[in-house]
Amino acid sequence: MAFLGGSRTYYLWLALLCVCILQAVFAYAHQFQYGLITTNMRDSVSWGFYIGNFTFLVGVAAAAVLLVIPAYVYNWKPIKEVVIFGELLAVASIIMCLLFVSVDMGRPDRFWHLIPFIGHMHLPQSIMAWDATVLNAYLLINFCVATYLVYCAYHGKKYNPKIVVPLVILSIPMAIGIHTVTAFLYNGMASRPYWNSAILAPRFIASAFCSGPALLLILFQILRKISSFEIKDEAIHKVAEYMAYAMALNLFLFGAEVFKEYYSNTHHLVHYQYLFTGLHGESSPIAPYAWMSLLFAISSFVLFIVPKTRMNPITMNVGCVLIYLSVYIEKGIALIIPGYTPDPLGQIYHYVPSASEVRVAIGVFGIGFLIFTLMVKVAVEILFSKKGQPAHD
Amino acid sequence: MSKLQVASKPPPKMDRNGPSRREIIVQTFFSLAATASLTGCLADKRIRDDFVQKYFKDLSPEELKTTLARMEKQYWEDYGKHINVTSTPPLEGVLYGYALDLSRCIGCRKCVYACVDENNQSRDPQTHWITVLEMDKEGGVDLAKADAFYDHEEVPAPGKFYMPVACQHCENPPCVKVCPVGATWKEPDGIVVIDYNWCIGCRCCITACPYGARRFNWTTPTIPKDQINTETDYLGNRPRPRGVVEKCTWCIGRVRKGLYPRCVEACPVGARKFGNLLDPESEVRYIIENKRVLILKEELNTQPKFFYYYGL
Repeated sequence: MAFLGGSRTYYLWLALLCVCILQAVFAYAHQFQYGLITTNMRDSVSWGFYIGNFTFLVGVAAAAVLLVIPAYVYNWKPIKEVVIFGELLAVASIIMCLLFVSVDMGRPDRFWHLIPFIGHMHLPQSIMAWDATVLNAYLLINFCVATYLVYCAYHGKKYNPKIVVPLVILSIPMAIGIHTVTAFLYNGMASRPYWNSAILAPRFIASAFCSGPALLLILFQILRKISSFEIKDEAIHKVAEYMAYAMALNLFLFGAEVFKEYYSNTHHLVHYQYLFTGLHGESSPIAPYAWMSLLFAISSFVLFIVPKTRMNPITMNVGCVLIYLSVYIEKGIALIIPGYTPDPLGQIYHYVPSASEVRVAIGVFGIGFLIFTLMVKVAVEILFSKKGQPAHD
Repeated sequence: MSKLQVASKPPPKMDRNGPSRREIIVQTFFSLAATASLTGCLADKRIRDDFVQKYFKDLSPEELKTTLARMEKQYWEDYGKHINVTSTPPLEGVLYGYALDLSRCIGCRKCVYACVDENNQSRDPQTHWITVLEMDKEGGVDLAKADAFYDHEEVPAPGKFYMPVACQHCENPPCVKVCPVGATWKEPDGIVVIDYNWCIGCRCCITACPYGARRFNWTTPTIPKDQINTETDYLGNRPRPRGVVEKCTWCIGRVRKGLYPRCVEACPVGARKFGNLLDPESEVRYIIENKRVLILKEELNTQPKFFYYYGL
């Protein structure tokens, strides 16, 4: 059992995650008993915190590709050995995505209606049906590749590149695909002018290429400290450099969107006004977060684009945390809620997630982090602790 | 102008300041009960029947008959009353259309409550399929300045006019396009319907609808037993379960039997008109051909079959 045995910190971390999960089980039981009324979502704002988290995590999952592209396409050594963690992160993120969708469903017992052939998938019209398809396919592909690589290492064999390389190459367009399809889910809603913009999908990809690697960079540094996992500074700095470019693109696309709305000043501007200032003289509960997200994005961009601060471990880690928070707010709050506020009939419902929603969300993150921790533990144990030696228990 | 919407009442119990020990015990009990009900559900015939029920459009005439009978039995258990559940097929050569005279509507909301009675909408939390918007006469139709929560002693208020909005029964309905399981569709007579036993509660349709016409059952709908309308239709006004989306169906069970929708009957000023768009002699055709007609959000190409007009 490779996931057993570890430091005290490791066990404390697992215990903390279990507490997160357990308290969420109670919150979800409450939701299951009374229905989604335990959330603060209502007809005016019918998707909220759950779907915001879902959208953010699809981005994290898609970001594995940022590591895969240089590693396999250019066969660039320092990154190649870390790709597997990107894939494991993708697996954990997609599982969290599916859990967030499940807790958001009014009738989770009818999930089977979405299963091809048994149920009735409304293809090709429904983007939601496409999203379910690509997410599950992406989960499967990453899970298979990661498992196969670990399996080969465990048996001390060399993996067969004829199996791995085509699958990995395929996962590149699929990673772009899952985030594009998720963006199209919003993008295709003509009733919501806030989302009905052609650059929504590129914005999704740009922000994903910041947030996913931000998580991985921190993970690599932790692994480097606590295990014999080796990663060169050169690789970390290269990833950080890519993140700076992605953030530049992200900010540019956001600026393009803001310019279009404020300069043309149509009725559709109300959603951006709700995001940044509030409407009808009332302040908006999400405005402080919107400004915080923008501030974090700009400051992390500065930290990453200047080589000196990018190479400094402290400022780099600060930058990673800022990027992560910035994108989390942008995807989780700033994307969903202004899309719904004001609603199609002009009414304003100030949505703020309920305690119950936050608790369930913490539990979903708990499950995701638990799965990720256990998978990484096994992978590190097999791939690095014994350094390619066949392992025997 | 404060326009805070209070769509539904808060749940019976909310643990805002963290649960007490008693609540934890209660919640543990319920979570165990939930787990037990999930595993034990296959033993309960009713839950099993609901779980395996097929998509409405895939039901054979025989299966439809047994499904309707099963529903009547379930409603008997729930409400202690015989509730007639029918499934009236669409009429040949009919495409329904609706017209509403903005110059007559006084904003009394009689249509809203007649609709609640007719269609077995939840009384607590209160669900309305029709939203009546109040707007300034000077400003004209401007949804950004509309107020759905006006509360006057008397209507109409000076300087205001009223625009009731419900499902527009689009010819090109965005809600139908986005549904991941095909639980909502357009019938041959133009009525957009939902199979409440197939909807998974993802709320894509609510997001897609430009008219805010769909309602989600955030908790179990409640209807006092003495207020139940016992004449129901599978796709229309039969009582709905929790966790699914519902909407106006133009009283599908009534109109297919040649009656008017209840809101048309209830309107005290005769602002509401309904009829067959394919019939050149119908009232709706006369209005479209002879009055100043407008449709909502024309630019979205949803092609509503709901026409607002100025009759006076």
